[in-house]
Amino acid sequence: MNTTTQDTDATLDPVSHDDHHHDGPPKGIMRWILTTNHKDIGTLYLWFSFIMFLIGGAMALVIRAELFQPGLQLVDPNFFNQMTTVHGLIMVFGAVMPAFTGLANWMIPLMIGAPDMALPRMNNWSFWILPFAFFILLSSLFMEGGGPNFGWTFYAPLSTTYGPDSTALFVFSVHIMGISSIMGAINVIVTIVNMRAPGMTWMKLPLFVWTWLITAFLLIMVMPVLAGVVTMVLTDKYFATSFFDAAGGGDPVMFQHIFWFFGHPEVYIMILPSFGIVSSIVPAFSRKKLFGYSSMVYATASIAILSFLVWAHHMFTTGMPLAGELFFMYCTMLIAVPTGVKIFNWVATMWRGALTFETPMLFSLAFIILFTIGGFSGLMLAITPADFQYHDTYFVVAHFHYVLVSGAVFSIMAAAYYWLPKWTGHMYNDTLSKWHFWCSLISVNVLFFPMHFVGLAGMPRRIPDYALQFADINQIVSIGGFAFGLSQLLFLAVVIKCIRGGEAAEAKPWEGAEGLEWEVPSPAPYHTFSTPPEVK
Amino acid sequence: MSQSTQNRKLIGLLLLGAVGMFGFGFALVPLYDVLCDALGINGKTNETAVTYKPMEVDTSRLVSVEFVAMVPGKMPWEFGPEVKRMQVHPGELIRTKFLATNNTGATMVGQAIPSVSPGTGAAYFNKTECFCFNQQTLMAHASAELPLIFYVDPDLPEEINTLTLSYTLFDITVQMDSTGGSEQVKQDNQKTTKHSDFTARYSLGGGNAEQGVAR
Repeated sequence: MNTTTQDTDATLDPVSHDDHHHDGPPKGIMRWILTTNHKDIGTLYLWFSFIMFLIGGAMALVIRAELFQPGLQLVDPNFFNQMTTVHGLIMVFGAVMPAFTGLANWMIPLMIGAPDMALPRMNNWSFWILPFAFFILLSSLFMEGGGPNFGWTFYAPLSTTYGPDSTALFVFSVHIMGISSIMGAINVIVTIVNMRAPGMTWMKLPLFVWTWLITAFLLIMVMPVLAGVVTMVLTDKYFATSFFDAAGGGDPVMFQHIFWFFGHPEVYIMILPSFGIVSSIVPAFSRKKLFGYSSMVYATASIAILSFLVWAHHMFTTGMPLAGELFFMYCTMLIAVPTGVKIFNWVATMWRGALTFETPMLFSLAFIILFTIGGFSGLMLAITPADFQYHDTYFVVAHFHYVLVSGAVFSIMAAAYYWLPKWTGHMYNDTLSKWHFWCSLISVNVLFFPMHFVGLAGMPRRIPDYALQFADINQIVSIGGFAFGLSQLLFLAVVIKCIRGGEAAEAKPWEGAEGLEWEVPSPAPYHTFSTPPEVK
Repeated sequence: MSQSTQNRKLIGLLLLGAVGMFGFGFALVPLYDVLCDALGINGKTNETAVTYKPMEVDTSRLVSVEFVAMVPGKMPWEFGPEVKRMQVHPGELIRTKFLATNNTGATMVGQAIPSVSPGTGAAYFNKTECFCFNQQTLMAHASAELPLIFYVDPDLPEEINTLTLSYTLFDITVQMDSTGGSEQVKQDNQKTTKHSDFTARYSLGGGNAEQGVAR
């Protein structure tokens, strides 16, 4: 069944009633600025996210260079603090989230047999306000007094009483990022709910679509809370309110409650689409159907619901009553159950499968193993009495980098390798991609695994200097950091080479792959599924 | 066109959800206070005076009460309790005081914020008089004795045998300036009327708590 209908007149298409009355894209820069095409916007998001990944990564390298030796050598502590803060903000809001939105834009319409996203003009806006948000954030680094230096969590009173003058710019940039995310999420939900091809019932949706649908609901529920809390920081700092100022009757601990009410669902926003990606790739290279499809859907939904009940596990040391600590400890541990279901299903999918190890599969396998390591250290952190020792140490840094770098980022790379042939029409350079994988795999572990040890030994996070006994491990970590950073240039090379040329890709370059996206030719034509496909 | 109607309906709902969650973020602020109050969990003590009804003093039990004073950051005042630790019987009315000195050459306004540890004991620590109920204006180089009268509720759970009352003294001179309190601050050497009720109240406490009087 070939359902490619790129030759169909686009005016029949009920949605893309814009200026694309022809098949190909318009030429020049205006194509990208005015585009309402989901594939163009997906490409923009992905490139934007990769540029942010490199900028945020460069900041991480400043941090690792400073920590290569004990003592202060390269940057002054205030700048170090700005680096840790902006590195976190850029990686969370500039790299991981836009990468997922880019993948959603490219793949969701293709996967559900829709001609485009439901709201193409809003789609254009939700991308194009992002560069301004990050321009504002990055430019604040060059202002007098410096950029945000209070950690990406911007705890009051660090951001209110003690924040730099540029804090207002930080607040506005977060507002813009939030608006962008909410618009993106609305678009995803409307697309999935209203634009599925006939026969694409809920329980036939590819898991990437399911996980994104649930992620989009999380975004709509928590991004406004983030907007609210930054607004409170803004008025506390500049308009003499006292939300978080004890002198005026406020409470700084309340900041942490509101922030983490956003912040914990946020970490699932950054991992649920990964689960969807891995659930697409593992069956493809195991040549088996995904084991336990419906349990995957329910597990994703349970994780999303539980994510609203665990926020205070970030705050065990604030002096909560025992009952509260126990509640949040058990709820946190409960999340291991649906997550365990997912890991089990991936392993069961591979069980007795005809496995091959192409680069997307390698990244997915690394994801499963390394994300599980990050999950286990998360369970250790969930144990309230133990958390008092781990809190604010490098153990926490190791934990969340395992789930975010070797978790979320690895899954994004897996996705990029998996769908690059569909996007570009060329196969990527296999040798170079394997180099990229193995260099990344080794260096990411050299980078983050030893952090567990210095953390347990008591090295605090976010401090530009450390006690002498941590020197050796920090040197190893820094070497791993630079190796990981440089390895990502290989990825850039692979992607550019793949866009420029290479072996022509078939419509379905992966033998075991399933889904509507493989029924359109490679590269995917500018307009696809103008007539909805039949889903059996 | 039914699809665009459907889309519009869904967009409306989702936007409503987003706006609602923005409101919910702000609703968390009063909700937090209500919950903390109802559960008695964040160490906040009563913000207005309670009246002491003569009650049976539990002489069989002694509770340690510790006093801690903190002056954050750049607040250039000296501030501390007269007695750092005392043993009290639950139900007994206790009078003590803190001492504050403004070491600068300018009139300043301070606000003391109390907190009791353990947090679950806060509900049993009752202040009938406290300097923290009001702002403290101290003129250049002036000192004041700040009285505190309290009792520990005899219902204090058995497992709590020490209550630590901590005061953090914040400099709110700037806030008072911006909210119109500036004239008072600037009226050097003149007793202001705003705090007269404060003075009257503390005359009962026996301490010399007249604010802003150079000595």
